[in-house]
Amino acid sequence: MASRKYDIKSFPGFLPITALCLVILYAPLLVVTVYSLNDSNSITNWEGVSFRWYVDVFTGPESDKFKIAAWNSFTIAIVAATVSTTIATLAATAMIRGGRFRLRTVSFGLISLPLMVPEIVTAVATLIFFNSIGFTRGYLTILVAHIAFCIPFAYMPISARMQGIEDSYEQAAMDLYASKRQAFTKILLPLMLPGIISGFILAFIISLDDFIITNFVKGAGVETLPTAIFGSVKQGIKPNIMAISTMLLAVSIVMVTISYFVSKSDNTK
Amino acid sequence: MPEKSNAIDVVDAVKRYGDFTALQQISLSIFDNEFFTLLGPSGCGKTTLLRMIAGFEDVTEGAIFLFGEEIENLPPNKRPVNTVFQNYALFPHMTITENVAFGLEMRGKSKSEARTRAGEMLELVQLSQFAARKPSQLSGGQQQRVALARALAPQPKVLLLDEPLSALDLKLRQAMRFELKELQRETGITFIFVTHDQEEALTMSDRIAVMSAGEMQQLGEAKEIYERPHNMFVADFIGETNLLEVSVDQITNGRAVCHLGGGHELTCNEVQGVGVGSKVHMSVRPERLFLSDEPTETESLKGTVRDNIFVGTDIQTIVDLSDGPQMIVRTSNSDRGNKRIFDPGAQAYVNMESEAARLLVD
Repeated sequence: MASRKYDIKSFPGFLPITALCLVILYAPLLVVTVYSLNDSNSITNWEGVSFRWYVDVFTGPESDKFKIAAWNSFTIAIVAATVSTTIATLAATAMIRGGRFRLRTVSFGLISLPLMVPEIVTAVATLIFFNSIGFTRGYLTILVAHIAFCIPFAYMPISARMQGIEDSYEQAAMDLYASKRQAFTKILLPLMLPGIISGFILAFIISLDDFIITNFVKGAGVETLPTAIFGSVKQGIKPNIMAISTMLLAVSIVMVTISYFVSKSDNTK
Repeated sequence: MPEKSNAIDVVDAVKRYGDFTALQQISLSIFDNEFFTLLGPSGCGKTTLLRMIAGFEDVTEGAIFLFGEEIENLPPNKRPVNTVFQNYALFPHMTITENVAFGLEMRGKSKSEARTRAGEMLELVQLSQFAARKPSQLSGGQQQRVALARALAPQPKVLLLDEPLSALDLKLRQAMRFELKELQRETGITFIFVTHDQEEALTMSDRIAVMSAGEMQQLGEAKEIYERPHNMFVADFIGETNLLEVSVDQITNGRAVCHLGGGHELTCNEVQGVGVGSKVHMSVRPERLFLSDEPTETESLKGTVRDNIFVGTDIQTIVDLSDGPQMIVRTSNSDRGNKRIFDPGAQAYVNMESEAARLLVD
């Protein structure tokens, strides 16, 4: 046990600073969630609890727009997460199981660099890229862009996981007459599964949530949830936006929870 | 040259990593149904050689034969040898039965056949009641036995064991030595065992190859290696010994007269490679020495007792030879009645059985 003197909880100002951080982080989310249940046309006056704005999201005047946007968002997120996770898994296998090769450090840098590049730069660059090859902007350009920027996010948990798996498992499999492919599918892949699922969920959330890049590469008339919400907010914030935001928040919480439990179920121990 | 009856023939095998030579021109033959040990300190190349036989390391030069068949270019999954890994490498996402059945299934046995055989193997290592558990739910010793069962299940022609006992505590390790030896006799499979523990090697092996710095220092039966070490490294690495600097004065009828300094003289058997005038080392095992008040008819060296150290089974007496080197004499505690223990400061003669002293090449 750490001595009480060195216990971080007893440092001066620990409690107020913690409280301040938590308030700044979560108060806005709480306000949005609470006011999404407001039975009022105004976003500031509280007039009692009601689900009318949730109903409005699905049946109101803007419901068609949001339904299409939601459909786009979720299909793009699922496809982008699937494709980027597959690519990230293969990349991790090559990088971590490929032995030492020239440019390995460079390759690692190239994969993780997009995490550090300001998103606006990536957005502009992607737009210029699509224009220069004459790609018509629309659903497909969003999808391709999402796949590309999701790869580093999917790669991180997968490679972290793989680094924790000793290669003696695959050697043992090959020693026991498994081919390289069998050692991969029967041993390495199942052991990596928690990392792969985490990578998939992270990519999914990142894709679902993306605004800047999507806004640049989407064609006219194609919207995802974030761009549709932004478009709607530009004409003034209505309570239905809070309802949509709350529902998105719920999706994120579910995903994060799944990710947490998956990463906790460490099957190498 | 490789023989069909030999389990393994290593012919002039060399292993280099870039500029570093891990293994320099090793040639050795391992017989069928033998418990063979590669013994040496860490970094001596013993594990590298084992991994070359298993197929995890390429052979830079030379060849490896398994019952007369050249195997060094085959991938590990095409070699009928199995390995018990140092960390066991049990598949953590599979049950014990699935682990043991894995090799059989990969060899094309049906699932039910593989399960049945896995069950038999688990019975052999007395772990049947753990069949449905995961490796993490087993103790280190149990995991070790699962690793053994898994490697033996496909009936390999040779079983490779890479320091399998090093992770166990002392009591368990000693019990496992015996179990491993039994298992080898029962199955009739050739075992190649890698260890840095000389006691382990001596107690289990039919033959031992002592390795150091990528070279084989000596190959022979346990007793031979212990009693007739070939060089300084082997004498020093295996067991405890008195290493004395000597100069060889004359050799007559196969007996060499050696000077220890301080006027002390010893006669021992001549050794090939050590001629008159050479300054070499001599090894004398402390348990082959005994103390007396008066010189005896055997080789006797006069000295003064410096200290007695109690080490449980024995008492170690440190003796300073007059104007000469220091020697350690081990007296078994059961002998205390008939062999006197000398107090520090007392004069005593260090005596040895004939042939106890052994000249070493370099």
